Amino acid sequence: MDFIQTLKIALRALRTNKMRSFLTMLGIIIGIAAVIAMMAVGSGASYVISQQIASIGSNIILVIPGSTTSGGLRTGSGGAQTLSSDDARSIGTDCPSVAYAAGTVRASGQIISGNMNWSSVIMGGTPELFEIREWPVVSGRAITQQDEDGAIKVCLLGQTVAENLFGSADPVGSIVRIKKIPFTVIGILERKGQSPQGQDQDDAVFVPLRTAQRNLVRSQRTGIVSAIIVKAKSEELIDKAESEIQMLLNQRHRINATKEPDFTTRNLSEILAVAEQSAKAMSLLLGAVASISLIVGGIGIMNIMLVSVTERTREIGIRMAIGAKKNDILLQFMTEAVLLTMLGGLIGIALGAGGATGVSRFLGWPTMISIQSITIAFLFSAAVGIFFGFYPAKKAAGLNPIDALRYE
Amino acid sequence: MSCVISLTDIRRVFIMGDQQFEALKGVSFDISAGEFVAIMGASGSGKSTCMNVLGCLDRPTSGRYLLDGLDVGGIGANELADIRNKKLGFVFQGFNLLARTPAVENVELPLIYAGLGSRERRKQALIAMEQVGLAGKENNHPSQLSGGQQQRVAIARALVNNPAVILADEPTGNLDSSTSEEIMNLFTTLNRQGITIIMVTHEHDVAAYAGRQITFRDGRIISDSLTTATV
Ligand SMILES: Nc1ncnc2c1ncn2[C@@H]1O[C@H](COP(=O)(O)OP(=O)(O)OP(=O)(O)O)[C@@H](O)[C@H]1O
Ligand SMILES: [Mg+2]
Repeated sequence: MDFIQTLKIALRALRTNKMRSFLTMLGIIIGIAAVIAMMAVGSGASYVISQQIASIGSNIILVIPGSTTSGGLRTGSGGAQTLSSDDARSIGTDCPSVAYAAGTVRASGQIISGNMNWSSVIMGGTPELFEIREWPVVSGRAITQQDEDGAIKVCLLGQTVAENLFGSADPVGSIVRIKKIPFTVIGILERKGQSPQGQDQDDAVFVPLRTAQRNLVRSQRTGIVSAIIVKAKSEELIDKAESEIQMLLNQRHRINATKEPDFTTRNLSEILAVAEQSAKAMSLLLGAVASISLIVGGIGIMNIMLVSVTERTREIGIRMAIGAKKNDILLQFMTEAVLLTMLGGLIGIALGAGGATGVSRFLGWPTMISIQSITIAFLFSAAVGIFFGFYPAKKAAGLNPIDALRYE
Repeated sequence: MSCVISLTDIRRVFIMGDQQFEALKGVSFDISAGEFVAIMGASGSGKSTCMNVLGCLDRPTSGRYLLDGLDVGGIGANELADIRNKKLGFVFQGFNLLARTPAVENVELPLIYAGLGSRERRKQALIAMEQVGLAGKENNHPSQLSGGQQQRVAIARALVNNPAVILADEPTGNLDSSTSEEIMNLFTTLNRQGITIIMVTHEHDVAAYAGRQITFRDGRIISDSLTTATV
């Protein structure tokens, strides 16, 4: 018997009991829809996290003032002014595992261009900052060592700031006033998007560190930085770089048994990697929970197929009497079961994808439906059909034609 | 005429737990091509058991069964299915049509398992339906047909593969006398066209259509005679 014919017979059998077929499929539909939606939410989350990790730059260690207790709680004042430009420079030159180190300061204030104004974050940083953050300019030029050494009043604009102050016009070469001080715009930075904390990284203005220290921030001493951002030479060297930095700063700050460290190092990628991993684990867990409903759905299929075999015992007898082989009967019932689950799978995929899209539209969660998860869900639904359809089909094929014909 | 069916000392023992029951106690007969045979006998005498053996639905406990010269005893289940499909046609007391399936598709069923394409199937099914006088009822479902018409569909289904033998177990058992007559006339016509028919019946006037009557009692043949009707 050819396959088309088997398919037709199976379809007819499913159509005769539309309601029952639908209810049987429902378990699979819900299961697959749940798997697809959960995977979409989970992989959406981990995708966003991995994007954010990439946007921060790789192999980054952050050095900030103040100490941490073993529990990770920061003690002392966050605004402590214990780190200096010299510390940053020394980390850059004296730590063998460090590629770059940049001192940064941070201020916020109004930026004015003509009659437009915009409040934003103003970051002061040495030229290495942009190497560390892997953040190129898309037009104009970057901040140079000359700008830094001369404390020149130049600035780079983030995309958000550029858009809000200049619209579609080219800002390069224009003068903006930052905290009332005129700065020349020398370039525009590439778009970065959101930070892991959900801030718009493009809503910022960058100026040379020394320019910022002299003009934009107040401090008790000259050369104070609010954080040092460091890039290790490679992923494997992050831990080594971190301890080199700690040793160097302990020495420079004369930290000993009686004096608490006045700085903290943070390995950013590590924190984010953990977040990414937990997102992945979450999506796996959700997927696993959802697949339980698939198994329940499969058991429902098996149950209905068993009922169907019993109900159609006479039909099986007739088919055998007029020449159906065991395999024909086996295939017929298997096809029916697999058709049920695959149809349920397709509907479930559509529903799950729709649900995921709805979630991202109405709740604003990032979701990602991969071809991979659709393929897996589809194959899995077929597998459920094969697995749970086999026993009933085997039972049908094993019937004795005489008994089957006589069955009332 | 050549022998289509040859039974030699067929026995069939049913085993139920520790009990045994011998439903056929050594049955032998030959049936030539083109014969119309009625099998008679009291209830429980082993007629259906014998038909099941003839129809390759059941295997005898012992004895030899030659169908069209082929010893059916030693062959496998798949080949038996092929034999049922190609050499035998069944007509049952309860019609045994597939419900919610158009008449013509019921008739096509054996051709599906024979592996024919859909166009060829439909063509042959329509020819068979015309042969049994059901032209125009192709798309009726069994529930939309009278008992006699349903039995005609079943006969068309039995015919469609051009079998060597049609086996009918009480084909008129569920029909009234005038409808029975129609069916028997149809059998007679088919038999005149050369089809071998073996039919079980309880009714003498139905058996009278056949050219030969074999009578069973307690699993044995007690008489095997030609009837006057043949002459
Ligand atoms: N599967 C079976 N298991 C046990 N005994 C059986 C089985 N099938 C038939 N028998 C017995 O074999 C005997 C013959 O049965 P069979 O069905 O051949 O009778 P029959 O001649 O067709 O009767 P009827 O005219 O009532 O149809 C009966 O006594 C029956 O009880
Ligand atoms: Mg009987």
